Amino acid sequence: MASPKAYSFVLVGVGGQGTLLASNILAEVGLAAGFDVKKSEVHGMAQRGGSVLSHVRWDAERVYSPIVGMGEADLLLSFEKMEALRFAEFLKPGGTAIVNDMAVVPITVSSGSAVYPGDEHLRRVFEALRAELVMVPGERLAQEAGNVKAANVVLLGAISRLLPLPEATWWECLSQRVPKKYLDLNRVAFASGRAAVAPTPAATPA
Amino acid sequence: MKRVLSGNEAIARGAWEAGVHLAAAYPGTPSTEILEELSRFPHVYCEWSTNEKVAVDVAVGAAYAGRRALAAMKHVGLNVAADSFFYASFTGAEAGLVLVSADDPAMHSSQNEQDNRRFAQFARVPCLEPADSQECKDFTIAAFDLSERFDAPVMLRTTTRTNHSSGPVELGERADRAPRRDKFPRDTAKYVMIPANARKRHPLVEQRARDVAAWAEKSPLNRIEWRDRAVGVITAGVAYQYAREVMPAASVLKLGLVYPIPEQLVRAFVAGVSRLIVLEELDPVIEEQVRMLGIACEGKSIFPLCGELDPSVVRQAAAAAGLAVDHAPVEVAALPKPELPARPPVLCAGCPHRGVFQLLSKKKVPVTGDIGCYTLGLLPPLSAIHTCGCMGAGIGVAHGAARAGIGERMVAVIGDSTFYHTGLPALANVAYNQANVLVVILDNRTTAMTGHQANPGTGITLGHQDTRVIELEPLVRALGIEHVATVDSYDVDGLEKAYKELMSHDQPAVLVARRECALLPEIRKQWVPLEVVEEKCTGCGICFRIGCPAILKSEELDAKSGKPLALIDPDQCTGCEVCSQLCPHDAIPTRDQMRLAEERQPASCSTPVSGGN
Repeated sequence: MASPKAYSFVLVGVGGQGTLLASNILAEVGLAAGFDVKKSEVHGMAQRGGSVLSHVRWDAERVYSPIVGMGEADLLLSFEKMEALRFAEFLKPGGTAIVNDMAVVPITVSSGSAVYPGDEHLRRVFEALRAELVMVPGERLAQEAGNVKAANVVLLGAISRLLPLPEATWWECLSQRVPKKYLDLNRVAFASGRAAVAPTPAATPA
Repeated sequence: MKRVLSGNEAIARGAWEAGVHLAAAYPGTPSTEILEELSRFPHVYCEWSTNEKVAVDVAVGAAYAGRRALAAMKHVGLNVAADSFFYASFTGAEAGLVLVSADDPAMHSSQNEQDNRRFAQFARVPCLEPADSQECKDFTIAAFDLSERFDAPVMLRTTTRTNHSSGPVELGERADRAPRRDKFPRDTAKYVMIPANARKRHPLVEQRARDVAAWAEKSPLNRIEWRDRAVGVITAGVAYQYAREVMPAASVLKLGLVYPIPEQLVRAFVAGVSRLIVLEELDPVIEEQVRMLGIACEGKSIFPLCGELDPSVVRQAAAAAGLAVDHAPVEVAALPKPELPARPPVLCAGCPHRGVFQLLSKKKVPVTGDIGCYTLGLLPPLSAIHTCGCMGAGIGVAHGAARAGIGERMVAVIGDSTFYHTGLPALANVAYNQANVLVVILDNRTTAMTGHQANPGTGITLGHQDTRVIELEPLVRALGIEHVATVDSYDVDGLEKAYKELMSHDQPAVLVARRECALLPEIRKQWVPLEVVEEKCTGCGICFRIGCPAILKSEELDAKSGKPLALIDPDQCTGCEVCSQLCPHDAIPTRDQMRLAEERQPASCSTPVSGGN
């Protein structure tokens, strides 16, 4: 991570994957950790299976723009493989991409008019950006935790490993956002996401 | 206490803290959440009005009655409400009247791009533009105060980025306000806009604009931030954030009140800087006001007129104009990407509109569309919609084509909520002037596109109170339409039969295609995914042609044709059975057929459908 004082995140996925909930939690975690925060997203057509893009920014002093410029995201968190490719230009050269190992096939592919890109393209694109590519089996880990829908929490667990905040801060914000009866399930999902990623040196809690 | 709030949540909070008594709106992205959020607070009457014009009149009525009132809408909603907006500027009111216009630069969810600060200027209505969530709250409160101070409606103009961005907001308490009147005013000179009265109001309205401008000289809504004097940027709204991010060294005149602007403050700023820049999204509204003062400046000569600004766009344009920027524009590397399949929004699996569009597509009739989820019926493979302009336009457009003598039978499709919004007067026109138009009301029992808001057909209000349902069929018959049929939208044969019957008359006709939106929470619980019987599927591809995202191409090929078989995604399929009815090989059993088959062969029942994949 370039600077421990400010972080820009871009979260992408497909409508219905829980991208927006994950960005809410990410913003709240930043605020709880003492950062100024902003989050931005676009609603509307997103529910109908379109691409979803959301921006989260933390700054120890002040966040101005609610959106991240092209090539300026420290971290790209993608809930879907092809969307990681679509929005790769947001990632800063040398940044980190966390990509859920999940393909949501769009109608253009299922109807046979286009081809879903293979995984080799992910490696090639993020290599070109000199970026670290971390694949996380979100759905598999969520299923193991008890519910496939907790994949977004698995991914939050993964991203938490790369940021220098105490795990407790994450869990406090997360536990306020998930229904009580699913707390244990989400705790397991979060922990499995965290365990799926090796920490970077910058991420050691201060 | 600080909480992370979206701009819309902050506007609702601000209105509540300002002691608002009534709020009215029609749902429209990016404004919808304002009323949804405000309706959760106590002591405020909130409603979904039937359209934006009605919402403004409702708010005006409350403000005439001495109660603070707010109306919220998306930018194009103000086009609908413009008539009311203009008279309200002439009359003023007895208590604060705030109109929120949520503009949508880049048209994330809109049919056109327009800058509603123009409307404020046009109607001589003061206009505030917040730059973040905290200001959304603070400016909403300021708007009510300003409205009462100058006896003017006040526009709070936001953009998608302020509505749908979130940031920390300091929460306050509600200032409970006693109504400013006990009785409705009988001040006819002020409130009855006959020409004789209106003529006297107009000079007052012009003077009011000058008074607001003079007040704005000292208002904390506007502020100068002196930094380096080489460049001075006049800016407002979210563009202020981009100015600070990209040109951190520049001095800034941040306008909270973007119409009217304070002349002396602008002159003081101009005198203090060497190069004057105006940075604003969409139209040069501030730039033109500055130029009207006889001051030369640069604005749209540097920054784009169309679309949404962002840090990259601003940095690129500023650097090209020789302005000092925080860092050089990032060269976006040409990445070795394959051509990526588009992910267009589609009619959902189980969407009740699919059957209607399948029929209209087959009949190859010209179809005028309208605003809602069903506009997606234009996309291939259905490709069944040929026009879409604005809310309620489709019926009138079909009528016009028919009356002009096009010779083809015109079909108009319109959703239930849109029909109540502005479809109703257009259908009255069809009945009155007798065009042989078939109007299909796609009644999915909700306002789906904006996230399932209630409407006059749902029997429930914004405040979750039961209310009477305005039934479509008696309403349509009362207008004088004789040929009216109602069909379950999932009944493929029934739709075709009704269509043929209605089209057999050379007269106005209405087909109500009714079925709840498959995404409504109570309907989701009834989903039963269907399955393809591989032995029966021939890969003929008929089911692929209805554009259902749950129907996939299998990797299995048909032995004879070599074409891929159909495969149903159990996570997406709702069990609507439209594909079952269309399949010529009975390869997709209906729910009933599945149940029967299971009863007959309990040992070999189909594998349980799991939620995973």
